[in-house]
Amino acid sequence: MGRKVALTGNEAAAHAIRQINPDVVAAFPITPSTPIPQNVAQFIADGKMDTELVTVESEHSAMSACVGASAAGGRVMTATSANGYALMWEILYIASGARLPIVMAVAARALSGPLNIHGDHSDIMGGRDTGWIQLVSENSQEAYDNLIQAVKIAENKDVMTPALAAFDGFNISHSIEIWELEEDDKVKEFVGEYEPLLPLLNTDEPVTHGAWAPPDWYFEHRMNQLHGLLNAKDIVASVGKDFGKAFGRDYGLYEAYKMDDAEYVIVAMGSVCGTTKDVVDSLRENGVKAGLLKVRLFRPFPYQELSDVLSAAKAVAVLDRVSPAGAQGGPLFTEIRSALYDMSNRPPVINYSYGLGGRDTQPVHINSVYDSLKRIVETGKIEKQFDCLNLRGAWG
Amino acid sequence: MALLNELAKKKEGLVNGHRLCPGCTHSVIMRQVLAAADTDKYEIVAAAATGCFEVSTGLYPYTSWNMSWIHNAFENAASTISGVEAMYKVWKKKGKTNKDIRFIAVASDGGTYDIGLQALSGAIERGHQFLYVCNDNNAYQNTGNQRSSATPFGANTTTSPNGTIKHGKEQPKKDIMSVLEGHHMQYIAQASPSNWRDLMDKVKKALDVNGPTYINVIEPCTTGWGFPAQDAIKIAQLAVDTCVWPIYEVVEGKVIINYKPKNKLPVEDYLKPQKRFAHLFKKGNEHLIEEYQKQVDRHWEWLLKREEAGIGY
Amino acid sequence: MSEKLLDWNEVLIGAAIKDPGNSKSYETGSWRVERPVWNPDTCIQCMFCWVYCPDSSILVDKDGKMSGIDYDHCKGCGICVEQCPSKPKSLTMLLESEVKGKSEEEIRKEVFSK
Repeated sequence: MGRKVALTGNEAAAHAIRQINPDVVAAFPITPSTPIPQNVAQFIADGKMDTELVTVESEHSAMSACVGASAAGGRVMTATSANGYALMWEILYIASGARLPIVMAVAARALSGPLNIHGDHSDIMGGRDTGWIQLVSENSQEAYDNLIQAVKIAENKDVMTPALAAFDGFNISHSIEIWELEEDDKVKEFVGEYEPLLPLLNTDEPVTHGAWAPPDWYFEHRMNQLHGLLNAKDIVASVGKDFGKAFGRDYGLYEAYKMDDAEYVIVAMGSVCGTTKDVVDSLRENGVKAGLLKVRLFRPFPYQELSDVLSAAKAVAVLDRVSPAGAQGGPLFTEIRSALYDMSNRPPVINYSYGLGGRDTQPVHINSVYDSLKRIVETGKIEKQFDCLNLRGAWG
Repeated sequence: MALLNELAKKKEGLVNGHRLCPGCTHSVIMRQVLAAADTDKYEIVAAAATGCFEVSTGLYPYTSWNMSWIHNAFENAASTISGVEAMYKVWKKKGKTNKDIRFIAVASDGGTYDIGLQALSGAIERGHQFLYVCNDNNAYQNTGNQRSSATPFGANTTTSPNGTIKHGKEQPKKDIMSVLEGHHMQYIAQASPSNWRDLMDKVKKALDVNGPTYINVIEPCTTGWGFPAQDAIKIAQLAVDTCVWPIYEVVEGKVIINYKPKNKLPVEDYLKPQKRFAHLFKKGNEHLIEEYQKQVDRHWEWLLKREEAGIGY
Repeated sequence: MSEKLLDWNEVLIGAAIKDPGNSKSYETGSWRVERPVWNPDTCIQCMFCWVYCPDSSILVDKDGKMSGIDYDHCKGCGICVEQCPSKPKSLTMLLESEVKGKSEEEIRKEVFSK
């Protein structure tokens, strides 16, 4: 049996890494994920894990060393945030292109400029097309659970694709919550041993990693890679079920919170879902059929499954913890809206940016979203397709 | 070092069919490096930075590497090999291999002096076991001869061109050896493929160090420097004989000059056969050659003094 | 030299290559404009040609001695000729157009008997 602990999200990630005990961790400190490598270093110093920690001089080198170690034949992990994730960017594509199942914890944070160290999704959303599997966690428990599952998902033979498990910077990374820490042996048993496919260190069968592919070959390799990424969807579901069997907490591609008869639906990811659930509960007490669709798997995007869940909604609001950056809306919005396009009776969909750079999102703001959805259903009109929550000055 | 006849019998780690230009010395250097490695004693796993050498030897579905080899990106050969070496420690610790494997990272000056300097510095400071070989061809040759910080003074490149008011690169070449000396590694050296025995001795010594080592090798580039393909080794020899490219070691801080030309040739002998320096020989540019000679002399005398002082750290 | 182009679901994962040194099957000898011709009679077996060859195209026998040139891969750079220290040189460059249709023996006789 696991035991209840009161620890931060970063500590949850660090404990997951300790229990997974990967061969190599290469990491560089950056707020707010710094405590992850710190804790890992302490665990190693105290003999509680025997991972080889490569204390690189930058995140670019962190991901580069991860690629080297993974290609060499190891189970490899790292952690980062924001600008650090951005500095890894070039190598994120190389890791996924080389089909190296590296697993990364991301304490999601705003990107500069202006410099801001607080939570939002600018980093992971910016990197959504790097070919990585992206799992987003609501709280510390999920940060812990998702990181453990990410290892099994990434290393699945039909997937062999790097995966990140993100949780919101500060909201989760630095908040102490009560969550369940499983027994070391049970976690080890769950993740199992890693069997590398083509390890560089097996010098009896020399392998070339990282040849360049000319136009005759590049397209085929990219589509082969995409196939592995898409395979992850079913594996995320099956690993989530196995995890439930092992530890009593089931996971799917999403969480449908009070969605059965929901008319007014918010779609969101991350810690805001906790606040939203509270609001849904109080609205339900007042007879409002509110619901929340929490997206857990953002890449590969389970568009079919999500649109099925939304099919009965009367109006939908998608919350993006990033700026739309010139697109019609935030990335979650454009994905959801596109997913609904094939439905004959698609509900109206609106989009909000919220929580940028650590801006607080409170029940009052979430309530205002449900109010807008009700108004849309009552009037049949969308006043604003895009708006901001808790921004000073009216947008648009 | 064994006789060449002995070395020639060894299995080669780098084979032909690669797409390097005719007369390219990248492969000459790597063949010498791999020939020097004592492969009866240990095996080699290598990482390469993006560049001419990498694109020519790893072009899907072909590889010229007859050994385990990885390419990651331009600026991270050192951090990539860090990860590979860290993983080797794990396999050793867990008893998953009983092999003695040594590591080599290879990059050109762009991936070493410039974009890869940070990763190299970090990897050295962390103390990974690896030999870093920089094939210095004095510019970004893979993209077509743009200046790098390794481009020598006066050289005409596509981004330090000779024109009516400017005459090639205006800054002297970066002294990467001094930059690396600051890391206080056990062994760093400068070598030339023309002096193959010296180069091989250095590689052998470096690979026996249980930590980071560095060898800076002149890599004459027929295409970028503008000389006939057959002269590649001759140009390297001229660089050595003019002291443009002194071949020396820094062993725990102590300078050992491995070759002192009896008759130190004037830099013109090295510059003249190369098109990238042709403009220096135009009337009115004499002062540029003088300046070139001054830079070379200053460096050479400084090295001689350091060797004489015999001070290590 | 023609390679089999595989479909997307046939390529090896991660664009890895499991066939070490397979570039040997790519014959760069076709790039050559001039070829080095070897004279075993004057060769001193110093192996400088071998150590300086960018294309591993100096053939070596079981004793580690120079035994010819791999014309399938030699790009004709001429470094071996330039660096050959024997007097007279034991390697010389000839235009490919001049040797067309002739056997190696014939070429050698023509060049080195002068």
